[in-house]
Amino acid sequence: MTSLEDKFEESKKLGLQIVRESEEDRLMTLSVGPQHPGSGHFRFTVKVDGDYIVYCDPDPGYVHRGEEKMCEYRNVIQNIPHLERPVIHDSSNITYSYSLAIEELAGIEVPRRGQYIRALASELNRQVYTLYWLAIYGIFLGHSTMFMWPTGDRELFIDLLEALTGARVTHAFNIPGGVRNDIPDGFKDWCIRQMRYFQKRLKEYEDIFYNMPLFRQRTEGVAVLSKEDAVKLGVAGSVLRASGVPYDIRKAEPYDIYNEIDFKVQYMKTGDCFARSYVPFLDMQESCHIIEQLLDKMPQSGEVRAKLQPNPKGPPGETYRRVESGRGALGYYIVSDGTPKPYRVKISVGSFRNMLALPYLLVGQKLADMPAVYWSLNYWPVEADR
Amino acid sequence: MEEIKKKFGELIKVVFVKPLRIKIQVEPRDIVEVATFLRDSMGFDHAESAGGTDYPKENQIEVIYHLGSYTREDLGAHILSLTARTSRDDARLPTLINVYKSVEYHERETFEMLGVYFEGHPRNERFLLPEDWADIPPLRKDFRIKGR
Repeated sequence: MTSLEDKFEESKKLGLQIVRESEEDRLMTLSVGPQHPGSGHFRFTVKVDGDYIVYCDPDPGYVHRGEEKMCEYRNVIQNIPHLERPVIHDSSNITYSYSLAIEELAGIEVPRRGQYIRALASELNRQVYTLYWLAIYGIFLGHSTMFMWPTGDRELFIDLLEALTGARVTHAFNIPGGVRNDIPDGFKDWCIRQMRYFQKRLKEYEDIFYNMPLFRQRTEGVAVLSKEDAVKLGVAGSVLRASGVPYDIRKAEPYDIYNEIDFKVQYMKTGDCFARSYVPFLDMQESCHIIEQLLDKMPQSGEVRAKLQPNPKGPPGETYRRVESGRGALGYYIVSDGTPKPYRVKISVGSFRNMLALPYLLVGQKLADMPAVYWSLNYWPVEADR
Repeated sequence: MEEIKKKFGELIKVVFVKPLRIKIQVEPRDIVEVATFLRDSMGFDHAESAGGTDYPKENQIEVIYHLGSYTREDLGAHILSLTARTSRDDARLPTLINVYKSVEYHERETFEMLGVYFEGHPRNERFLLPEDWADIPPLRKDFRIKGR
Protein backbone atom coordinates (compact mmCIF):
# COMPACT_ATOMS: atom_id res chain seq x y z
CA MET A 1 0.00 0.00 0.00
CA THR A 2 1.39 3.39 -0.93
CA SER A 3 1.87 5.80 1.86
CA LEU A 4 0.64 9.36 1.85
CA GLU A 5 4.20 10.54 1.26
CA ASP A 6 4.55 8.40 -1.87
CA LYS A 7 1.27 9.67 -3.22
CA PHE A 8 2.45 13.23 -2.73
CA GLU A 9 5.69 12.57 -4.61
CA GLU A 10 3.74 10.83 -7.37
CA SER A 11 1.37 13.76 -7.78
CA LYS A 12 4.32 16.14 -8.04
CA LYS A 13 5.73 14.06 -10.90
CA LEU A 14 2.40 14.31 -12.65
CA GLY A 15 2.66 18.10 -12.43
CA LEU A 16 -0.28 18.57 -10.11
CA GLN A 17 -0.18 21.70 -7.99
CA ILE A 18 -0.93 20.16 -4.64
CA VAL A 19 0.04 22.21 -1.59
CA ARG A 20 0.54 20.36 1.62
CA GLU A 21 -1.51 21.51 4.61
CA SER A 22 0.68 23.16 7.23
CA GLU A 23 0.01 23.41 10.93
CA GLU A 24 -0.93 27.08 10.56
CA ASP A 25 -3.59 26.33 7.94
CA ARG A 26 -5.51 24.24 10.39
CA LEU A 27 -5.98 27.16 12.77
CA MET A 28 -8.57 29.84 12.30
CA THR A 29 -8.27 33.15 14.12
CA LEU A 30 -11.47 34.65 15.46
CA SER A 31 -11.87 38.04 17.02
CA VAL A 32 -14.51 38.10 19.73
CA GLY A 33 -15.78 41.56 20.53
CA PRO A 34 -15.46 44.39 21.40
CA GLN A 35 -18.88 45.20 19.99
CA HIS A 36 -20.46 41.80 20.19
CA PRO A 37 -22.94 41.83 23.07
CA GLY A 38 -21.61 38.47 24.19
CA SER A 39 -18.19 39.82 24.93
CA GLY A 40 -19.04 43.01 26.76
CA HIS A 41 -16.80 45.92 25.86
CA PHE A 42 -13.85 43.66 25.53
CA ARG A 43 -12.00 42.00 22.71
CA PHE A 44 -10.14 38.77 22.79
CA THR A 45 -8.59 36.82 19.97
CA VAL A 46 -8.99 33.08 19.89
CA LYS A 47 -7.45 30.55 17.53
CA VAL A 48 -9.48 27.45 16.92
CA ASP A 49 -8.43 24.07 15.64
CA GLY A 50 -11.74 22.68 14.45
CA ASP A 51 -13.98 23.02 17.46
CA TYR A 52 -11.26 23.50 20.05
CA ILE A 53 -9.66 26.71 21.23
CA VAL A 54 -5.88 26.45 21.13
CA TYR A 55 -4.89 30.05 21.81
CA CYS A 56 -6.49 33.03 23.51
CA ASP A 57 -5.20 36.57 23.91
CA PRO A 58 -7.26 39.18 25.79
CA ASP A 59 -7.06 42.73 24.48
CA PRO A 60 -8.80 45.07 26.93
CA GLY A 61 -8.92 48.84 26.75
CA TYR A 62 -11.96 49.52 24.57
CA VAL A 63 -13.59 51.53 27.36
CA HIS A 64 -10.43 52.75 29.09
CA ARG A 65 -11.16 56.16 30.59
CA GLY A 66 -8.02 56.95 32.55
CA GLU A 67 -9.79 57.06 35.90
CA GLU A 68 -6.50 56.97 37.78
CA LYS A 69 -5.18 60.03 35.99
CA MET A 70 -8.47 61.89 36.39
CA CYS A 71 -8.28 61.40 40.15
CA GLU A 72 -5.06 63.41 40.32
CA TYR A 73 -6.84 66.51 39.00
CA ARG A 74 -9.79 66.63 41.37
CA ASN A 75 -10.10 66.89 45.11
CA VAL A 76 -11.22 63.87 47.08
CA ILE A 77 -14.97 64.62 47.10
CA GLN A 78 -15.09 65.55 43.41
CA ASN A 79 -13.63 62.14 42.60
CA ILE A 80 -16.68 60.23 43.85
CA PRO A 81 -19.06 60.61 40.87
CA HIS A 82 -16.55 59.66 38.20
CA LEU A 83 -15.05 56.78 40.19
CA GLU A 84 -18.36 54.91 40.15
CA ARG A 85 -18.61 55.01 36.36
CA PRO A 86 -16.53 51.84 35.78
CA VAL A 87 -19.22 49.72 37.37
CA ILE A 88 -22.48 51.58 37.69
CA HIS A 89 -24.38 48.48 38.86
CA ASP A 90 -22.14 48.20 41.90
CA SER A 91 -21.42 51.86 42.47
CA SER A 92 -21.70 51.76 46.26
CA ASN A 93 -18.92 49.20 46.57
CA ILE A 94 -16.47 50.88 44.23
CA THR A 95 -16.63 54.11 46.24
CA TYR A 96 -16.63 52.24 49.55
CA SER A 97 -12.96 51.36 49.65
CA TYR A 98 -12.09 54.78 48.26
CA SER A 99 -13.93 56.33 51.20
CA LEU A 100 -12.16 54.00 53.65
CA ALA A 101 -8.78 54.99 52.23
CA ILE A 102 -9.50 58.72 52.35
CA GLU A 103 -10.80 58.40 55.91
CA GLU A 104 -7.60 56.68 56.96
CA LEU A 105 -5.43 59.33 55.32
CA ALA A 106 -7.39 62.31 56.62
CA GLY A 107 -8.13 60.77 60.04
CA ILE A 108 -11.92 60.95 59.75
CA GLU A 109 -14.07 59.07 62.27
CA VAL A 110 -17.35 57.76 60.82
CA PRO A 111 -20.46 57.69 63.08
CA ARG A 112 -21.78 54.20 63.77
CA ARG A 113 -25.12 54.75 62.11
CA GLY A 114 -23.31 55.98 59.02
CA GLN A 115 -21.23 52.80 58.97
CA TYR A 116 -24.34 50.64 59.09
CA ILE A 117 -26.13 52.56 56.36
CA ARG A 118 -23.24 52.37 53.95
CA ALA A 119 -22.80 48.67 54.57
CA LEU A 120 -26.54 48.33 53.85
CA ALA A 121 -26.27 50.30 50.62
CA SER A 122 -23.31 48.16 49.56
CA GLU A 123 -25.12 44.90 50.24
CA LEU A 124 -28.18 46.05 48.28
CA ASN A 125 -25.90 47.12 45.46
CA ARG A 126 -24.13 43.78 45.45
CA GLN A 127 -27.51 42.10 44.87
CA VAL A 128 -28.23 44.46 41.96
CA TYR A 129 -24.90 43.63 40.35
CA THR A 130 -25.14 39.89 40.89
CA LEU A 131 -28.66 39.76 39.46
CA TYR A 132 -27.51 41.66 36.40
CA TRP A 133 -24.63 39.25 35.97
CA LEU A 134 -26.94 36.26 36.40
CA ALA A 135 -29.27 37.63 33.72
CA ILE A 136 -26.38 37.86 31.28
CA TYR A 137 -25.15 34.40 32.19
CA GLY A 138 -28.63 33.02 31.61
CA ILE A 139 -29.17 34.57 28.20
CA PHE A 140 -25.76 33.52 26.89
CA LEU A 141 -26.48 29.95 27.80
CA GLY A 142 -29.71 30.23 25.82
CA HIS A 143 -32.02 30.42 28.81
CA SER A 144 -34.19 33.45 28.17
CA THR A 145 -36.32 33.04 31.30
CA MET A 146 -33.17 33.43 33.34
CA PHE A 147 -32.63 36.72 31.56
CA MET A 148 -36.13 38.03 32.29
CA TRP A 149 -36.47 37.02 35.93
CA PRO A 150 -33.31 38.53 37.43
CA THR A 151 -33.74 41.66 35.32
CA GLY A 152 -37.21 42.03 36.74
CA ASP A 153 -36.23 41.23 40.32
CA ARG A 154 -33.40 43.71 40.14
CA GLU A 155 -36.11 46.34 40.37
CA LEU A 156 -36.80 45.26 43.97
CA PHE A 157 -33.39 46.49 44.99
CA ILE A 158 -33.22 49.39 42.58
CA ASP A 159 -36.46 50.73 44.07
CA LEU A 160 -35.03 50.39 47.57
CA LEU A 161 -31.82 52.14 46.55
CA GLU A 162 -33.76 54.86 44.79
CA ALA A 163 -35.67 55.60 47.99
CA LEU A 164 -32.43 55.48 49.97
CA THR A 165 -30.11 57.46 47.73
CA GLY A 166 -32.26 59.31 45.20
CA ALA A 167 -30.80 57.66 42.10
CA ARG A 168 -31.45 54.36 40.40
CA VAL A 169 -27.94 53.32 39.43
CA THR A 170 -25.15 55.83 40.08
CA HIS A 171 -25.79 56.72 43.70
CA ALA A 172 -22.69 58.66 44.81
CA PHE A 173 -23.91 57.69 48.25
CA ASN A 174 -20.88 56.32 50.09
CA ILE A 175 -18.60 59.27 50.66
CA PRO A 176 -15.61 59.91 52.93
CA GLY A 177 -17.10 60.50 56.36
CA GLY A 178 -20.20 58.35 56.02
CA VAL A 179 -23.22 58.51 53.73
CA ARG A 180 -25.04 61.36 52.08
CA ASN A 181 -28.52 60.97 53.61
CA ASP A 182 -30.29 59.20 56.42
CA ILE A 183 -32.68 56.36 55.57
CA PRO A 184 -36.30 57.36 54.82
CA ASP A 185 -39.30 56.52 57.04
CA GLY A 186 -40.69 53.02 56.77
CA PHE A 187 -37.61 51.81 54.91
CA LYS A 188 -36.91 48.93 57.27
CA ASP A 189 -40.31 47.26 56.89
CA TRP A 190 -40.31 47.76 53.14
CA CYS A 191 -36.80 46.33 52.88
CA ILE A 192 -37.69 43.24 54.91
CA ARG A 193 -40.82 42.70 52.79
CA GLN A 194 -38.80 42.86 49.58
CA MET A 195 -36.20 40.51 51.06
CA ARG A 196 -38.82 37.88 51.99
CA TYR A 197 -40.19 37.93 48.47
CA PHE A 198 -36.70 37.77 46.99
CA GLN A 199 -35.74 34.75 49.07
CA LYS A 200 -38.77 32.93 47.68
CA ARG A 201 -37.69 33.88 44.18
CA LEU A 202 -34.18 32.56 44.79
CA LYS A 203 -35.65 29.12 45.38
CA GLU A 204 -37.42 29.37 42.03
CA TYR A 205 -34.16 30.39 40.36
CA GLU A 206 -32.58 27.26 41.69
CA ASP A 207 -35.40 25.08 40.37
CA ILE A 208 -35.61 26.56 36.91
CA PHE A 209 -31.93 27.25 36.25
CA TYR A 210 -29.39 25.65 38.52
CA ASN A 211 -31.18 22.31 38.73
CA MET A 212 -31.91 22.12 35.03
CA PRO A 213 -30.13 19.11 33.47
CA LEU A 214 -29.21 21.08 30.33
CA PHE A 215 -27.50 23.80 32.34
CA ARG A 216 -25.72 21.23 34.45
CA GLN A 217 -24.40 19.45 31.38
CA ARG A 218 -23.08 22.65 29.91
CA THR A 219 -21.27 23.77 33.05
CA GLU A 220 -20.35 20.79 35.23
CA GLY A 221 -16.76 19.73 34.77
CA VAL A 222 -16.12 22.47 32.21
CA ALA A 223 -12.94 24.56 32.53
CA VAL A 224 -11.81 23.44 35.96
CA LEU A 225 -9.56 25.83 37.87
CA SER A 226 -7.73 23.98 40.61
CA LYS A 227 -7.10 25.47 44.02
CA GLU A 228 -3.34 25.72 43.47
CA ASP A 229 -3.77 27.48 40.13
CA ALA A 230 -6.39 29.86 41.53
CA VAL A 231 -3.95 30.94 44.22
CA LYS A 232 -1.08 31.18 41.77
CA LEU A 233 -3.05 33.28 39.30
CA GLY A 234 -4.25 35.48 42.14
CA VAL A 235 -7.90 35.48 41.08
CA ALA A 236 -10.46 37.12 43.33
CA GLY A 237 -14.01 36.88 44.55
CA SER A 238 -16.40 34.18 43.43
CA VAL A 239 -13.84 32.64 41.04
CA LEU A 240 -11.47 32.10 43.95
CA ARG A 241 -14.16 30.82 46.29
CA ALA A 242 -15.46 28.40 43.64
CA SER A 243 -12.01 26.80 43.60
CA GLY A 244 -12.10 25.97 47.27
CA VAL A 245 -10.43 28.97 48.91
CA PRO A 246 -12.82 30.45 51.50
CA TYR A 247 -11.47 33.98 51.25
CA ASP A 248 -13.73 36.99 51.60
CA ILE A 249 -12.47 40.44 52.59
CA ARG A 250 -15.56 40.95 54.76
CA LYS A 251 -14.33 38.04 56.88
CA ALA A 252 -10.56 38.20 56.38
CA GLU A 253 -10.18 41.91 57.07
CA PRO A 254 -13.55 43.17 58.41
CA TYR A 255 -14.10 46.83 57.62
CA ASP A 256 -16.57 49.14 59.35
CA ILE A 257 -19.10 46.99 61.24
CA TYR A 258 -18.70 43.66 59.44
CA ASN A 259 -17.09 42.06 62.49
CA GLU A 260 -20.45 42.44 64.28
CA ILE A 261 -22.32 40.59 61.53
CA ASP A 262 -22.72 36.83 61.64
CA PHE A 263 -22.35 35.26 58.21
CA LYS A 264 -20.59 32.40 56.46
CA VAL A 265 -18.15 32.61 53.59
CA GLN A 266 -19.77 30.65 50.78
CA TYR A 267 -17.42 28.48 48.75
CA MET A 268 -17.31 25.32 46.66
CA LYS A 269 -14.52 22.92 45.89
CA THR A 270 -15.06 21.76 42.33
CA GLY A 271 -13.74 24.87 40.53
CA ASP A 272 -15.74 24.29 37.34
CA CYS A 273 -18.14 26.62 35.55
CA PHE A 274 -21.02 25.39 37.66
CA ALA A 275 -19.25 26.25 40.90
CA ARG A 276 -18.28 29.67 39.56
CA SER A 277 -21.90 30.40 38.67
CA TYR A 278 -23.36 28.92 41.84
CA VAL A 279 -21.15 30.75 44.34
CA PRO A 280 -22.60 34.20 43.43
CA PHE A 281 -26.05 32.65 43.93
CA LEU A 282 -25.05 31.45 47.42
CA ASP A 283 -23.64 34.93 48.05
CA MET A 284 -27.02 36.44 47.22
CA GLN A 285 -28.68 34.20 49.81
CA GLU A 286 -26.07 35.14 52.39
CA SER A 287 -26.44 38.82 51.54
CA CYS A 288 -30.13 38.63 52.39
CA HIS A 289 -29.21 37.48 55.92
CA ILE A 290 -26.61 40.24 56.20
CA ILE A 291 -29.15 42.89 55.18
CA GLU A 292 -31.64 41.68 57.78
CA GLN A 293 -28.97 41.79 60.50
CA LEU A 294 -27.83 45.25 59.45
CA LEU A 295 -31.40 46.54 59.72
CA ASP A 296 -31.83 44.94 63.15
CA LYS A 297 -28.56 46.03 64.70
CA MET A 298 -28.51 49.56 63.32
CA PRO A 299 -28.58 52.31 65.97
CA GLN A 300 -32.02 53.92 65.88
CA SER A 301 -30.78 57.48 65.75
CA GLY A 302 -27.62 59.48 65.42
CA GLU A 303 -25.42 61.18 62.89
CA VAL A 304 -24.84 59.51 59.53
CA ARG A 305 -21.95 61.63 58.35
CA ALA A 306 -18.90 63.12 60.01
CA LYS A 307 -18.52 66.87 59.71
CA LEU A 308 -15.90 67.50 57.07
CA GLN A 309 -13.92 70.52 55.98
CA PRO A 310 -14.71 71.71 52.45
CA ASN A 311 -11.52 70.12 51.15
CA PRO A 312 -10.56 67.26 53.45
CA LYS A 313 -6.86 66.56 53.51
CA GLY A 314 -4.41 64.87 55.81
CA PRO A 315 -0.67 64.65 56.29
CA PRO A 316 1.40 63.12 53.48
CA GLY A 317 1.17 59.36 53.50
CA GLU A 318 -0.14 56.36 51.66
CA THR A 319 -2.64 53.60 52.23
CA TYR A 320 -4.10 50.49 50.65
CA ARG A 321 -7.69 49.68 51.60
CA ARG A 322 -10.01 47.09 50.13
CA VAL A 323 -13.57 45.84 50.33
CA GLU A 324 -15.35 42.81 48.94
CA SER A 325 -17.31 43.88 45.88
CA GLY A 326 -19.55 41.79 43.66
CA ARG A 327 -16.48 40.76 41.68
CA GLY A 328 -14.02 40.20 44.48
CA ALA A 329 -11.53 42.31 46.36
CA LEU A 330 -11.57 45.94 45.31
CA GLY A 331 -8.56 47.86 46.56
CA TYR A 332 -7.41 51.44 46.38
CA TYR A 333 -3.79 52.42 46.74
CA ILE A 334 -3.74 56.14 47.43
CA VAL A 335 -0.65 58.31 47.89
CA SER A 336 -1.25 61.73 49.37
CA ASP A 337 1.22 64.59 49.38
CA GLY A 338 -0.72 66.68 51.88
CA THR A 339 -2.76 68.64 49.32
CA PRO A 340 -6.53 68.22 48.81
CA LYS A 341 -5.90 66.33 45.57
CA PRO A 342 -4.56 62.76 45.72
CA TYR A 343 -1.02 62.42 44.35
CA ARG A 344 -1.61 58.94 42.95
CA VAL A 345 -4.61 56.65 42.92
CA LYS A 346 -4.28 53.03 41.86
CA ILE A 347 -7.43 50.97 41.60
CA SER A 348 -6.98 47.23 41.90
CA VAL A 349 -10.16 45.51 40.75
CA GLY A 350 -11.26 41.90 40.77
CA SER A 351 -12.15 41.92 37.07
CA PHE A 352 -8.64 42.87 36.00
CA ARG A 353 -7.21 40.07 38.12
CA ASN A 354 -9.72 37.49 36.91
CA MET A 355 -8.85 38.31 33.29
CA LEU A 356 -5.59 36.42 33.77
CA ALA A 357 -7.60 33.22 34.21
CA LEU A 358 -9.37 33.63 30.87
CA PRO A 359 -6.63 32.40 28.49
CA TYR A 360 -5.72 29.80 31.06
CA LEU A 361 -9.24 28.35 31.15
CA LEU A 362 -10.29 28.82 27.53
CA VAL A 363 -7.42 26.94 25.90
CA GLY A 364 -8.54 23.37 25.39
CA GLN A 365 -12.26 24.13 25.57
CA LYS A 366 -14.73 23.93 22.72
CA LEU A 367 -15.67 27.22 21.10
CA ALA A 368 -19.30 26.57 21.99
CA ASP A 369 -18.34 26.60 25.67
CA MET A 370 -16.72 30.01 25.35
CA PRO A 371 -19.70 32.04 26.72
CA ALA A 372 -20.14 29.60 29.62
CA VAL A 373 -16.48 29.96 30.61
CA TYR A 374 -16.10 33.66 29.90
CA TRP A 375 -19.14 34.87 31.85
CA SER A 376 -18.50 32.47 34.70
CA LEU A 377 -15.41 34.54 35.50
CA ASN A 378 -17.66 37.29 36.85
CA TYR A 379 -15.79 39.65 34.60
CA TRP A 380 -16.87 43.23 34.06
CA PRO A 381 -14.88 44.72 31.15
CA VAL A 382 -15.58 48.35 31.97
CA GLU A 383 -14.26 47.89 35.47
CA ALA A 384 -11.15 46.08 34.27
CA ASP A 385 -10.33 48.91 31.85
CA ARG A 386 -11.01 51.69 34.36
CA MET B 1 8.86 41.14 59.85
CA GLU B 2 11.65 40.08 62.15
CA GLU B 3 12.33 37.08 59.94
CA ILE B 4 12.76 39.18 56.82
CA LYS B 5 15.14 41.50 58.64
CA LYS B 6 17.19 38.62 59.96
CA LYS B 7 17.49 37.08 56.53
CA PHE B 8 18.33 40.17 54.51
CA GLY B 9 19.57 42.68 57.08
CA GLU B 10 20.83 45.79 55.39
CA LEU B 11 19.55 44.85 51.93
CA ILE B 12 16.03 45.99 52.67
CA LYS B 13 14.76 49.28 54.01
CA VAL B 14 11.60 49.18 56.09
CA VAL B 15 9.51 52.22 55.11
CA PHE B 16 6.72 51.74 57.63
CA VAL B 17 5.00 49.12 59.76
CA LYS B 18 1.34 49.87 60.46
CA PRO B 19 -1.29 47.44 61.71
CA LEU B 20 -1.86 44.95 58.87
CA ARG B 21 0.32 46.91 56.44
CA ILE B 22 4.07 46.69 55.93
CA LYS B 23 6.06 48.47 53.29
CA ILE B 24 9.61 47.54 52.43
CA GLN B 25 11.94 48.93 49.81
CA VAL B 26 14.68 46.97 48.09
CA GLU B 27 17.29 47.61 45.47
CA PRO B 28 16.21 46.52 41.97
CA ARG B 29 18.91 43.82 41.81
CA ASP B 30 17.61 42.14 44.99
CA ILE B 31 13.89 42.25 44.23
CA VAL B 32 13.61 38.76 42.72
CA GLU B 33 15.50 37.17 45.60
CA VAL B 34 13.42 38.96 48.24
CA ALA B 35 10.16 38.13 46.44
CA THR B 36 11.12 34.46 46.20
CA PHE B 37 11.83 34.40 49.92
CA LEU B 38 8.50 36.10 50.69
CA ARG B 39 6.65 33.55 48.61
CA ASP B 40 8.41 30.42 49.77
CA SER B 41 9.13 31.11 53.43
CA MET B 42 6.63 33.79 54.46
CA GLY B 43 3.48 32.55 52.72
CA PHE B 44 2.71 35.58 50.56
CA ASP B 45 1.41 33.55 47.66
CA HIS B 46 -0.05 36.12 45.26
CA ALA B 47 0.22 39.76 44.23
CA GLU B 48 -3.03 41.68 44.54
CA SER B 49 -1.85 44.55 42.45
CA ALA B 50 1.22 46.19 41.07
CA GLY B 51 1.58 49.75 40.02
CA GLY B 52 3.86 52.67 40.17
CA THR B 53 4.20 56.26 41.22
CA ASP B 54 6.16 58.95 39.47
CA TYR B 55 8.34 61.27 41.56
CA PRO B 56 9.76 63.86 39.15
CA LYS B 57 11.43 65.90 41.91
CA GLU B 58 13.62 62.95 42.87
CA ASN B 59 13.82 61.83 39.23
CA GLN B 60 12.57 58.40 40.25
CA ILE B 61 9.71 56.01 39.63
CA GLU B 62 8.59 53.76 42.44
CA VAL B 63 7.09 50.42 41.45
CA ILE B 64 4.99 48.81 44.16
CA TYR B 65 3.69 45.25 44.51
CA HIS B 66 0.94 44.57 47.02
CA LEU B 67 1.42 41.00 48.19
CA GLY B 68 -1.21 39.02 50.05
CA SER B 69 -1.85 35.49 51.21
CA TYR B 70 -4.77 33.16 50.50
CA THR B 71 -3.31 30.03 52.02
CA ARG B 72 -2.21 31.28 55.45
CA GLU B 73 -5.25 32.29 57.46
CA ASP B 74 -3.33 34.49 59.90
CA LEU B 75 -1.97 36.56 57.00
CA GLY B 76 -5.35 36.99 55.29
CA ALA B 77 -5.73 40.58 56.45
CA HIS B 78 -2.11 41.57 55.84
CA ILE B 79 -0.72 43.32 52.81
CA LEU B 80 3.01 43.52 52.31
CA SER B 81 4.08 46.25 49.91
CA LEU B 82 7.30 45.44 48.13
CA THR B 83 8.76 48.42 46.33
CA ALA B 84 11.77 49.27 44.25
CA ARG B 85 12.83 52.56 42.76
CA THR B 86 14.32 53.17 39.37
CA SER B 87 15.56 56.20 37.51
CA ARG B 88 13.04 58.09 35.38
CA ASP B 89 15.42 58.46 32.45
CA ASP B 90 16.10 54.77 32.00
CA ALA B 91 13.33 53.03 33.88
CA ARG B 92 14.14 49.32 34.07
CA LEU B 93 13.38 46.67 36.63
CA PRO B 94 13.63 42.88 36.67
CA THR B 95 10.22 41.27 36.25
CA LEU B 96 8.60 39.27 39.04
CA ILE B 97 6.56 37.18 36.62
CA ASN B 98 8.54 34.02 37.43
CA VAL B 99 7.86 34.46 41.13
CA TYR B 100 4.30 35.76 41.00
CA LYS B 101 2.39 34.73 37.91
CA SER B 102 -0.38 37.11 38.98
CA VAL B 103 1.65 40.23 38.16
CA GLU B 104 1.68 39.53 34.43
CA TYR B 105 -1.00 42.01 33.38
CA HIS B 106 -0.22 44.48 36.14
CA GLU B 107 3.37 44.79 34.94
CA ARG B 108 2.20 45.20 31.39
CA GLU B 109 -0.08 48.00 32.51
CA THR B 110 2.75 49.64 34.44
CA PHE B 111 4.94 49.45 31.37
CA GLU B 112 2.54 51.42 29.22
CA MET B 113 1.28 53.79 31.90
CA LEU B 114 4.64 54.70 33.44
CA GLY B 115 7.16 53.51 30.91
CA VAL B 116 8.97 51.07 33.17
CA TYR B 117 10.56 48.31 31.13
CA PHE B 118 10.41 44.96 32.90
CA GLU B 119 13.44 42.90 31.97
CA GLY B 120 12.45 39.30 31.33
CA HIS B 121 8.75 40.01 30.88
CA PRO B 122 7.66 38.35 27.63
CA ARG B 123 5.33 41.13 26.55
CA ASN B 124 6.28 44.72 27.29
CA GLU B 125 3.63 46.04 24.92
CA ARG B 126 0.43 48.04 24.61
CA PHE B 127 -2.44 46.83 26.76
CA LEU B 128 -5.15 49.30 27.72
CA LEU B 129 -4.14 52.30 25.64
CA PRO B 130 -5.14 52.65 21.97
CA GLU B 131 -2.83 51.06 19.41
CA ASP B 132 -1.98 54.43 17.86
CA TRP B 133 -1.04 56.09 21.15
CA ALA B 134 1.93 58.35 20.40
CA ASP B 135 2.67 60.32 23.53
CA ILE B 136 4.61 59.86 26.73
CA PRO B 137 3.31 57.32 29.27
CA PRO B 138 0.17 58.98 30.68
CA LEU B 139 0.66 58.37 34.38
CA ARG B 140 3.94 60.27 34.41
CA LYS B 141 3.52 63.64 36.03
CA ASP B 142 4.71 65.61 33.01
CA PHE B 143 1.80 64.26 30.97
CA ARG B 144 -1.01 66.78 31.37
CA ILE B 145 -4.66 66.30 30.49
CA LYS B 146 -5.63 68.82 27.82
CA GLY B 147 -7.24 71.95 29.21
CA ARG B 148 -6.21 71.30 32.80
